Amino acid sequence: MKVCLKIKRFNPETDKKPYWKSYELDLEPKDRILDALHEVKWTLDGTLSIRRSCAHGVCGSDAMRINGRNRLACKVFVDDEMAFGKGVITVEPILGLPVIKDMIVDMEPFFAHYRSIMPFLVNDTDPGPRERLQSSEDRVRFDDTTKCILCACCTTSCPSFWARGDYVGPAAIVQAHRFIFDTRDHAAEERLQVLSDPNGLWRCRTVFNCTEACPRGIQVTKAIGEVKDALRTGVIA
Amino acid sequence: MVHHHQFDALVVGGGGAGLMAALHASKRVKTAVISKLYPTRSHTGTAQGGIGAALGNMEPDKWEWHAYDTVKGGDFLSDQDAVDIMCKEAIDAVIDLEHLGLPFDRTPDGKISQRRFGGHTNNETKKPVMRACHAADRTGHMILQTLYQNCIKNKVTFFDEFQVIDLLIDDGKCNGVVAVCLATGELHVFHSKGTLLATGGFGKMWKVTSNAHSLTGDLPAAILRRQLPLEDMEFFQFHPTGVYKLGILLSEAARGEGAVFINDKGERFMARYMPTMKDLAPRDICSRYIYKEVREGRGIGGKDYVYLDFRPDQINKYFEEDGNTKRITAEYLETRLPDIIEFSRVYQGVDPITQPVPIQPTAHYAMGGIPTNVDTEVLADASGKTIEGLYAAGEVACVSVHGANRLGTNSLVDLVVFGKIGGIKMADYCERASFRAIKKETAADFAQSQIDVLRNGKGGEDAAKIRKSLQVMMDDNVGVYRTGPGLEAAITHIRELQARYKNVAAKDKGMLWNTDLMEAWELGALLDLAEVTAVSALARQESRGGHFREDFPTRNDADFLKHTFVTVKNGKIELSSKPVTITRYKPEERKY
Ligand SMILES: Cc1cc2nc3c(=O)[nH]c(=O)nc-3n(C[C@H](O)[C@H](O)[C@H](O)COP(=O)(O)OP(=O)(O)OC[C@H]3O[C@@H](n4cnc5c(N)ncnc54)[C@H](O)[C@@H]3O)c2cc1C
Ligand code: SF4
Ligand code: SF4
Ligand code: FES
Repeated sequence: MKVCLKIKRFNPETDKKPYWKSYELDLEPKDRILDALHEVKWTLDGTLSIRRSCAHGVCGSDAMRINGRNRLACKVFVDDEMAFGKGVITVEPILGLPVIKDMIVDMEPFFAHYRSIMPFLVNDTDPGPRERLQSSEDRVRFDDTTKCILCACCTTSCPSFWARGDYVGPAAIVQAHRFIFDTRDHAAEERLQVLSDPNGLWRCRTVFNCTEACPRGIQVTKAIGEVKDALRTGVIA
Repeated sequence: MVHHHQFDALVVGGGGAGLMAALHASKRVKTAVISKLYPTRSHTGTAQGGIGAALGNMEPDKWEWHAYDTVKGGDFLSDQDAVDIMCKEAIDAVIDLEHLGLPFDRTPDGKISQRRFGGHTNNETKKPVMRACHAADRTGHMILQTLYQNCIKNKVTFFDEFQVIDLLIDDGKCNGVVAVCLATGELHVFHSKGTLLATGGFGKMWKVTSNAHSLTGDLPAAILRRQLPLEDMEFFQFHPTGVYKLGILLSEAARGEGAVFINDKGERFMARYMPTMKDLAPRDICSRYIYKEVREGRGIGGKDYVYLDFRPDQINKYFEEDGNTKRITAEYLETRLPDIIEFSRVYQGVDPITQPVPIQPTAHYAMGGIPTNVDTEVLADASGKTIEGLYAAGEVACVSVHGANRLGTNSLVDLVVFGKIGGIKMADYCERASFRAIKKETAADFAQSQIDVLRNGKGGEDAAKIRKSLQVMMDDNVGVYRTGPGLEAAITHIRELQARYKNVAAKDKGMLWNTDLMEAWELGALLDLAEVTAVSALARQESRGGHFREDFPTRNDADFLKHTFVTVKNGKIELSSKPVTITRYKPEERKY
């Protein structure tokens, strides 16, 4: 099918500011947007720069703003996006992080927020020679938030994050949730302490953009709500 | 401008093997991880089904059974001393991962849950055994996340998005690496005492593949360019269940949960070929029989694919036929295999709960790679001589535990077991060795020349076209079925492409994030690896594991029970061989 792809381009070595450029392509309806970008790169303009690796929605490299919605380019299709965009597909970098070149943004602020919530199991008791036991019910309690691939779709769709880059952001809270609700972990209080900061949990205005954006189907806003409850009540349940 | 760094230990690659090595090395010596991707984007994160270890949480199991299965699965090409280490250490490795925080699924009594996987058996009953420890069908994701989390906890130093393109080898010793910083395009020389390579697979030689775009064999190619050998390159695994046309993997875990192959006649054909293990026979065997069905006209609608059927009523029907009392439901499958069910819905528009799924074999895993001994030290030649200061672990290495065909769940075991051994051995070495002098001014010259040719080239050839031609040809001639004339044609074709490659010029001439240039460089690596793969395959006039020659359809232990070593010296490919280490298990015919 004929596809019109409008890409927001920027190369700091040659451009003063970002600009939109359109590309006409002939693609299969079920080609991914990632295929469309490769088609541009491999046949029309080699200078287009994107991050990508797995091409099936599990590595988290290619978060972009596609037709105004944060998506992984490898997990959305040209026919759907042509329909949604009424004949055009716009592609631009995710918002709220500095753009380095084309779709490539500086991820460091995002990973700094991630590191701030102590994203690792803390448990100094001697586990003994075998595995620590955990019931299936306790394991299921935090299953949803273990799916996170750190793609940043959620954080960079959040109006609070756009307004203030110091807001720790939904992805970091999702990671905190993954440990706070793991019965094997002992550092819930420290994490809640970090999140009680003015740039922590309370910046979330429950707008649900993040949940809509998550390519892993994580109930992000729900997870944030559970962490808020834990902070408010001091009870982790 | 060239930048200089110095670390005791370097780990190249931030996947499961690299992070495991870094965790252990960084406790003792100054360590840096260099990775072309953010570590959490590494391909380990895509591993689905499980990690094998004889925990015996569900039913009796022993690491010796795991070892025998691995050797038999590898068609007796595995080095049995290495296999024993892996299967024995696997148990502690999985327990360690749990202690590090990995959220395994649990049994009713709270232990790590396990499931069946291809080729893993109870050696007494010969029936499938539950050995694969899992976290839903995202076990690799959880391993990668858990190891990265612990690296953060231990404040490991990372150079993210730095691509290594050359090794500093001098007088048979390794003194570090040279990398391109992708963000700036500048070269960085990393001077070290010890260097461990953990850059994963190189399946991008093929078109239909489960491998990520980034798996281009950069370090194996750098090894060849430094006139060092690669081992067993003819052994590449084609996984039977790739999403038709796309190659995205649908884990063997589906068959572990009961799914079966079905041909156009609606027949469960694996029961005919492998009466005991049936659909859970090893991958090389299933892939060959899928294509046999296709060739004999029983592909779906006469086409080049068959179905993987995991509709609950069908699974239960086959359970009943097999005398298995287990019964499953749609909800059960949704919790055990959520990701692969989603892949099929999203990428094929097929709902596996109600429809059979079209599948086709997909290029998946490199059994061969950079030769090492059981201490992960890289070998300089087939005699077993090592290169001081150089280590390798994970998919990029060939130790060789997987022999001619890897069993499912054994790569993740390999990563954590040999990643850990590598980290410890490298730290031992760094503690006793001192830095060897390097010539700072010229250290980056070879790397620089490789980049300059591509950036300043005036030729009219196009990297994307050459890559496509290579991949299509490799699917046709260096795939599941191979022949002498097909491989000869492949070698001729690759050499033509290599000649054209000399005239490739990057279209992007810039410095910052020049992915066009780096992709062109990666294509050079793929071409070099494709050439040695085809040459090694042509020389092996027998069929063993993942390497099947139609003109030599049987295994020939008298002439070929040996590992292939390949080097490129002055543009000429040289082959030699190394004996297989056989301890307990004498080669026998593989029946399942
Ligand atoms: C879809 C899929 C499912 C799988 N499922 C299973 C399973 O269930 N069980 C199992 O045991 N195995 C499975 N495997 C196999 C297994 O996942 C891989 O073999 C394994 O993860 C490889 O790990 P690694 O650490 O060696 O390399 P990778 O995880 O691939 O990591 C390679 C690292 O090297 C870096 N790198 C590469 N080149 C360079 C360079 N030039 N410079 C710097 N850094 C570089 C990358 O950035 C990356 O960090 C699966 C594989 C696939 C593709
Ligand atoms: S729910 Fe909270 S975190 Fe999510 S987008 Fe809205 S404000 Fe941001
Ligand atoms: S929660 Fe979802 S959207 Fe946010 S980083 Fe994780 S996977 Fe991406
Ligand atoms: S390329 Fe991995 S998520 Fe899209």
